[in-house]
Amino acid sequence: MVQPELDHRRFLAEGRFMLQRAPSGRFVHPPRIAEPGSGDTLDWVAADGRGTVHSVTVVRSKPPAANYNVALIDLVEGVRLMSRVDGIAPEAVQIGLAVVAKIVVENDAPLLVFVPQAP
Amino acid sequence: MNGFPRGRTAIVGAATFGIGRSPGFEAVDLAAHASLLALADAGLRPADVDAVFIAQPQDTLAGLSFSQYLGLRPKITDNNRSGGSAFLLHLEHAALALDAGLCDVALVAYGSNQATASGALVQTSLSSPYEAPYRPLRPISSYALAAARHMHRYGTSKRQLAEVAVAARRWAQLNPEAVARDELSLEQVVGARLVSDPLGVRDCCLVTDGAAAIVLTRAERARDLHARPAYVLAAAAATTHADISSMPDLTVTGAVESGARAYAQAGVGAADIDVVQVYDAFTINTILFLEDLGFCAKGEGGAFVEGGRIAPGGALPVNTSGGGLSYCHPGMFGLFTLVESVRQLRGDAGARQVAGAELALAHANGGVLSSQATAILGTAATL
Repeated sequence: MVQPELDHRRFLAEGRFMLQRAPSGRFVHPPRIAEPGSGDTLDWVAADGRGTVHSVTVVRSKPPAANYNVALIDLVEGVRLMSRVDGIAPEAVQIGLAVVAKIVVENDAPLLVFVPQAP
Repeated sequence: MNGFPRGRTAIVGAATFGIGRSPGFEAVDLAAHASLLALADAGLRPADVDAVFIAQPQDTLAGLSFSQYLGLRPKITDNNRSGGSAFLLHLEHAALALDAGLCDVALVAYGSNQATASGALVQTSLSSPYEAPYRPLRPISSYALAAARHMHRYGTSKRQLAEVAVAARRWAQLNPEAVARDELSLEQVVGARLVSDPLGVRDCCLVTDGAAAIVLTRAERARDLHARPAYVLAAAAATTHADISSMPDLTVTGAVESGARAYAQAGVGAADIDVVQVYDAFTINTILFLEDLGFCAKGEGGAFVEGGRIAPGGALPVNTSGGGLSYCHPGMFGLFTLVESVRQLRGDAGARQVAGAELALAHANGGVLSSQATAILGTAATL
């Protein structure tokens, strides 16, 4: 039985970025126990990992804390999620930037982020 | 058939209390103060109330605690929480219940002491575990993401966002109750410290204390209680998402739906509206809602607000109280859009009075552009 948040965290801890898919082929995020609208069952499948920045904001921090970006990423599977783009200055992240998923460890927990796709 | 009892209920009492800073009061004290003033405005007492509608910042059982406080024994207790839009949903449900004869006097109330208690916006909802690890500022980063997308797609500029803040300030300067009344220029807004790009500190609503309340009855009784009732011509709401990452389109809000249904209920269109109040938690909100409520086309909101069009003396009076940006923002602003609409329809708005205001639109937002609610109020002439 799907335990959405627990499963999600476990997959990330295993180094896997997984998404839920409905029988219709539609992908779903955030994780839940059934497809929104239909109520159909959902299966976990490996995500492609590629996406595009749909929107981005830079959170301005009080020094010495660093500014950081918060981005909405459109995945090739057709779902959108909140994440962060690493490997580039926060102010340089632009809408439309092609990115790819990466799992990092932050605050002792696995975290899904994105980095710019290699040209 | 849209089912809404157009003009069959009316707001007969409206009041605010403790706008700005109210040290020494709890949130419920402030809500009670505003309620007593609103009831007195209609010549009523707490014992006359048989339906209560309330959403307090932190007390999720405020329907119970507030009723106890005022000594109410309500037949209807509505504690609906949809964020800052809740009070327009309360209005919608109160009108339906009154019209159905389930109750006779409905009180809608709100009070917050957030400025003196914590100095910051009180969080009333849980963070999504799929968003929180990325540390978006709540709620501004969500609005910033919508603003960035609107700017990308439609070329909306920081200066156009600033027009919204400056217009609100110019209205506030005409409202003695408004908290922020000092001069504010486009350059000051554009150049203000960034908080979450593209939004700076002057794109953000105030953090204040304050309370508001309205009292509703059926229309046939309204004229006995107040000389100028504000008739409820329409109230409609829509919910599209909870988290910004699940918003169907970052540039289109549920106001498209709530607005269309409200116009259909009232039998009027955007061009008929004399005075507009929209919940301006951030400058982008006003632009989004003016578009989605049909005052201009999608994507043209930035150009629409240029040149002081929504400021005093402009073609469309918007947020005549000064709005959440310059009047007050005690955490949830929805009820204040209704009180200002009533004041305008009564002709009680002093220096900021819109001449000949007969039709008022109030629109409120909840969550992160998640819940949208639109109400249309009118004078007796609009019945």
